[in-house]
Amino acid sequence: MTHTIENISRRRFVQAGAGLTLGFVIPGAMQAAVSAAESGPGKTVGSAAAGGFEPNAFLKIGTDNTVTVISKHLEMGQGTYTGLATLVAEELDAAWGSVKVEGAIADATRYNNLLWGPAQGTGGSTAMANSFEQMRKAGAAARAMLVSAAAKQWKVPASEITVNDGVVLHKSGKKATFGELAEAAAQEKAPETVVLKKPEQFKLIGKKVPRRDSFAKTNGTATFTQDFKLPGMLVAMVAHPPQFGATVKSFDATAAKAIAGVVDVVQIPQGVAVLAKDTWTAKKGRDALKVQWDDSKAFKMGSDEIMAQYKAMAQKPGIVAKQTGSVDTAFKGAAKVMSRSYDFPYLAHAPMEPLNCLVHLQGDHCEVWNGEQLHTGDHFALSKVLGLPMEKIRINTLYAGGSFGRRANKDSDYVVEAAMIAKAHGGKAPVKLVWTREDDMRAGYYRPMFHHTLEAALDANGQVTGWRHRLVGQSIAAGSAFEGMMVKDGVDALSVEGAANLPYAIPNFQCDLHTPNNIAVPVLWWRSVGSSHTAFSTETFIDEVAQASGKDPVAFRTALLKNHPRHLGVLKLAAEKAGWNKPLKAGKAGERRGRGVAVHESFNSYVAQVAEVTVQKDGSYKVDRVVCAVDCGVAINPDVIAAQIEGGVGFALSAMMNSAITLKQGQVQEGNFDTYPQLRIFDMPKVETHIVPSAAPPTGIGEPGVPPLAPAVANALAAATGKRLTAMPVDTALLKA
Amino acid sequence: MIELNVNGQAVKADVPADTPLLWVLRDALNLTGTKFGCGQALCGACTVHVDGNPTRSCSVAVGDVAKSKITTIETVDQSREGKAVQAAWRKLDVVQCGYCQSGQIMSAVALLKTNKTPTDADIDGAMGGNLCRCATYQRIRAAIHEAAKALA
Repeated sequence: MTHTIENISRRRFVQAGAGLTLGFVIPGAMQAAVSAAESGPGKTVGSAAAGGFEPNAFLKIGTDNTVTVISKHLEMGQGTYTGLATLVAEELDAAWGSVKVEGAIADATRYNNLLWGPAQGTGGSTAMANSFEQMRKAGAAARAMLVSAAAKQWKVPASEITVNDGVVLHKSGKKATFGELAEAAAQEKAPETVVLKKPEQFKLIGKKVPRRDSFAKTNGTATFTQDFKLPGMLVAMVAHPPQFGATVKSFDATAAKAIAGVVDVVQIPQGVAVLAKDTWTAKKGRDALKVQWDDSKAFKMGSDEIMAQYKAMAQKPGIVAKQTGSVDTAFKGAAKVMSRSYDFPYLAHAPMEPLNCLVHLQGDHCEVWNGEQLHTGDHFALSKVLGLPMEKIRINTLYAGGSFGRRANKDSDYVVEAAMIAKAHGGKAPVKLVWTREDDMRAGYYRPMFHHTLEAALDANGQVTGWRHRLVGQSIAAGSAFEGMMVKDGVDALSVEGAANLPYAIPNFQCDLHTPNNIAVPVLWWRSVGSSHTAFSTETFIDEVAQASGKDPVAFRTALLKNHPRHLGVLKLAAEKAGWNKPLKAGKAGERRGRGVAVHESFNSYVAQVAEVTVQKDGSYKVDRVVCAVDCGVAINPDVIAAQIEGGVGFALSAMMNSAITLKQGQVQEGNFDTYPQLRIFDMPKVETHIVPSAAPPTGIGEPGVPPLAPAVANALAAATGKRLTAMPVDTALLKA
Repeated sequence: MIELNVNGQAVKADVPADTPLLWVLRDALNLTGTKFGCGQALCGACTVHVDGNPTRSCSVAVGDVAKSKITTIETVDQSREGKAVQAAWRKLDVVQCGYCQSGQIMSAVALLKTNKTPTDADIDGAMGGNLCRCATYQRIRAAIHEAAKALA
């Protein structure tokens, strides 16, 4: 089949207009980004190495045979550098060992996320989904140009030429490497259309190919922003206010400035910044500051007060997000009504690399280094803060030491903070903003706290006739550039995803939402977003309903999922591989064991998990084994998929066992890994990942492993102890024998 | 001026003696493979070897290790155990974001230097101080067993 090449040639794309649009709109950003690409630093600095071949924005081939793939997406651990390079190398027929990957600069005209419209960024588990054809076309186009160049040199028809493992071959025995053909190929015209491989021709897609970043990440050479230095660079640390919304009243920098190596102290809207010659000196300087805060406009509620307000709000109906049939009729005529309430805390992302950003402001232009996740949003925010046009700002993307959503900041918080400091220092030196762990944990942007109430109506046969789900929690999208896309008629889709689209066939259904507008705690997407709480309440409640109906949890779900074959597929596979129909092996004397299941779709990927737990008399527990089944369409790299599922299980279990960000009088109480403990190796369960074979287009895998874990474990704990958990993190006192 | 022995070389750093070893390695000596994660010896991202012992460099004053031999991730492959651990990490594609992995590797190498056949419980004991927010723990465990096998 023939595919048109789109969004590869910058000029052609610009002439064609904005291309795909899905409503992510930053006013003026697109126009500025277009002009940036035409005249700005993105063009000059991004050019190919001399003598090489740069067929399009995603690929460079050197005369040394090196194939460099330019990744428009951030590598933050999810394996995107490996995945995108696999797609290019597949169609290029490159030798995997010669493939390198570089992060792209911010340039929405060339590197937009095709599922987001004219914006570049990584998130929502979209990297493979939006790039699957685009990257393959980029590779195929380059291959065609190499073949065409060889055909001319050898004076043979292009149709007689094949490419294998980085070598171009003719049936006569003539052959040339990519490097040998690079310069000639650079003279070829880019093809208007390309033919992509059929799945049966794939050599790399669907195979376990080694990660491209393993080498550098095992010898200390992988460069994170924290590691990046410029001559004359200063390190900045900021004293932030103790409450959200508080501001600087006054400050005394005498003691800070007396420390050798402290270069400057500047006030910015976010607080007071100390600039020093190195990191430790900056920290000592920051700690020596005396700041008086004005808390007259600060947010001063505590977590308990916020939850009390949410519970009061839940007494009345909210805005209806989804409705079918009549729940009122169903509940009036019910033989039995069940109900549960659930509480979920704020959660910090706590990536291993505390946030940091390097800004080199030089008069009329600026260069930035960052583990850049939301390129276009940050590009636009920097332009506003610095008063520079976007074409005068170059953003470089380095490896990110984790993110889990934190770096995709809708307000560009830490990037703007770094720029403010560089500006306040008068652009006299490159400035690297460094947050300590405590700064990172207390600076806000948490998974929102939520309160859910669920009710089920059962008829005399134990059939579920009605389901009511009410949620109370802050909107992530409201007030941001994402509001237009995410919030419809007062309902933030991110608040109800996983709840409003409950897959179970229940004739009378209602999901409604309260969005409080008086809570000033900054909130953000956290790996799997709404599903991080909705999967828990829906999948533990359905389990309880199954139990009340006297049905097996897998059989009960199976009957209600008749219209959802992909949910059914993973549920069946996970149950089979877990040995669901065989009894669970008993524990030692005094130990209680249990097995639980959950199934959930998020980001168009389907995951079922079966968890096995052992509970001690004192209520402490261990998750022994988690069997996972995944349907994420074409499995581009099964080993990366398995890694993401393993990581998702650990990430979710970490929150379930340990995590809550709590406030007292508006102050975040946790600061480091002693008060916000995280999963350690001894609590990691054995994880098995099984992939449902699929020819459907690839969907996300970075997030979908997270949602089913906590409900599967809670259901297992219920099976072991008879106790239903309704608040996270788990209070083990409730599980005492 | 502090004199140190880092990765087999005598080096000097013009820093106060109370500066944490981590920041001397990273900022003064440009050995950025050792990472800053928590500053409180809670996460293990800054783990180096001090006279062979795995040590959280964020919580050790440089003045206290001036007479010691310090080894960082940059030269860990100069030992047999280091080579084996790196090879196992690469074979099993342990890394995800990678930020904690220098510290994980330094802890794993220290374990294998003193224990040729670590059990799962030994691994839990030796690696319990190293956090990984990507939760690569299952592969870390497998890679340590793999490296032990290669060294046998």
